[in-house]
Amino acid sequence: MPELRNFTLNFGPQHPAAHGVLRMVLELDGEVVMRADPHIGLLHRATEKLAETKTWIQSVPYMDRLDYMSMMCNEHAYCMAIERLLQVEVPIRAQYIRVMFDEITRILNHLLWIGCHGLDVGAMTMVLYAFREREDLVDAYEAVSGARMHAAYYRPGGVYRDLPDRMAQYQESKWKSSAQIKPFNEARSGSLLDFLDDFASRFPKLLDEYETLLTDNRIWKQRLVDVAIVTPERALQRGFTGPMLRGSGIAWDLRKKQPYEVYDRVDFDIPVGKTGDSYDRYLVRMEEMRQSNRILKQCIDWLRQNPGPVMSDNHKVAPPDREAMKSNMEELIHHFKLCTEGMHVPEGEAYSAVEHPKGEFGIYIISDGANKPYRLKIRAPGYVHLSAMDEMARGHMLADVVTIIGSQDVVFGEIDR
Amino acid sequence: MSAKLEALSQNLQQCLGDRVKSLKLAFGEVTLEVAAADYFSVMQSLRDEPDLAFEELIDLCGVDYSAYGNEAREGLRFAAVSHLLSISKNWRLRVRCFAPDDDFPSLPSVTSIWNSVNWFEREAFDLFGIVFPGHDDLRRILTDYGFIGHPFRKDFPISGYVEMRYDPEQQRVIYQPVTIEPREITPRIVREATYGNAENA
Repeated sequence: MPELRNFTLNFGPQHPAAHGVLRMVLELDGEVVMRADPHIGLLHRATEKLAETKTWIQSVPYMDRLDYMSMMCNEHAYCMAIERLLQVEVPIRAQYIRVMFDEITRILNHLLWIGCHGLDVGAMTMVLYAFREREDLVDAYEAVSGARMHAAYYRPGGVYRDLPDRMAQYQESKWKSSAQIKPFNEARSGSLLDFLDDFASRFPKLLDEYETLLTDNRIWKQRLVDVAIVTPERALQRGFTGPMLRGSGIAWDLRKKQPYEVYDRVDFDIPVGKTGDSYDRYLVRMEEMRQSNRILKQCIDWLRQNPGPVMSDNHKVAPPDREAMKSNMEELIHHFKLCTEGMHVPEGEAYSAVEHPKGEFGIYIISDGANKPYRLKIRAPGYVHLSAMDEMARGHMLADVVTIIGSQDVVFGEIDR
Repeated sequence: MSAKLEALSQNLQQCLGDRVKSLKLAFGEVTLEVAAADYFSVMQSLRDEPDLAFEELIDLCGVDYSAYGNEAREGLRFAAVSHLLSISKNWRLRVRCFAPDDDFPSLPSVTSIWNSVNWFEREAFDLFGIVFPGHDDLRRILTDYGFIGHPFRKDFPISGYVEMRYDPEQQRVIYQPVTIEPREITPRIVREATYGNAENA
């Protein structure tokens, strides 16, 4: 009998469980993974190089397309880096709006994650439930920015505009009578904040529902418990951040430890895992959604009571309003300069990081004083997490690789950039 | 916050001594510059000294300084910039190290100190052509298989050199020289420091 050798298996780039365009060369001994070599870059668009040829403001929509599952958080880091170099003050209301939408984004991201992770591991129903709730949140995105995904809502100096007073409503059609759409329009009869308030009061119960499906589910536990254990030492060594680090038992959250915007004014807890396996990371993310919901509620209450400007009044950075532009020579010049040449960011370098749903998302900017960045570096959390794939998958079964990809919550928009 | 940064700067001076080439504090961030010869030993001390305790390497990226600012630039072209984070001390540090030779930029790899740097060094090699001796798997990572050149260098055109299309005659995908012309809609401008000042007019 000929001697048995390890064989290599090409996983992806067109595999539904690869979460995008991940190609992985797996070296297998029977069904056991001996080595995993992820090949990335199939979605490389050179965002950082493109940003060097665009003005500062033109790159904001590129940020949406990095991690296309948590759009506003990406913009947030980018805007914060520019604001730090410009030393621009962001109005307090804009800060609350940013925090609120960061948390909406976190829930959006985690809902997609639980749906896809469930789908990968065999819990088909999850994705249907998760997308039902995502629908409400992308509607909130649409209400403020006009786009359901790629919002370009945060701008250096604040946010693009204030929250709308009314929500879009379902219309009667050939297929839906007015009686049928009436219950759907009930929550939409008020302002955006009313709509979100309604969502925030419904959401904890829905999370409980998800948990009845998964948390004590025998199959779910068999697939997740003790898969890809990462010790705290290894997690630090591998540069983990966010839920991946917290799953390993290190209570590190930028929102608490290095608070930005108004995170020091809202109340929330950081969930921490114990064993560092995939199941703990699952529990951490589920609890994070509850905490995000808590922050969301606090922001809604604050925003209801405190009207105010949402954009900096420094017109070297933020365009003046329409009326002022049409009636005031100086504002006209500001507007013209901003819309043709763009803002100039003073020479220097800045690194700003936000607690992105997936981990620490950082933007490193070098400016030489021009109207375009000299160098922009995007620190994507998924990139670092995926680089630990070999270590996490080694010695596990082939089927566990799918669990690990799901547990890392990778999105190729940010990894390949 | 600034008291903390002062403490960090002091600890850095103390632990690293004359290995510190320059130490800057700007926008609430500390930037340390080191010479290439000291790079590895400095990184080692940054992690191991209990007064510094940078357990995590957050990011490492290459930078090409050749087109910086308005004037022609003196000095070295390529640098590796890393961002470190200390979980226990809750502070950050930026370390910049210029590669000594512009034609063959090379810096020692720090993969043995922080494993997380592995892909970042591969990326800096891929995009800027900085090599990291000591790295055991320095392959290209983001660009296509068989890609030629280092696309993030400032002398590499934004539209690239080759494009890919399906050729119906040969019935396969082929590479050919690019057919698009690069265009710049908003020119890049660096204004002099006094631009727009009222007293300047």
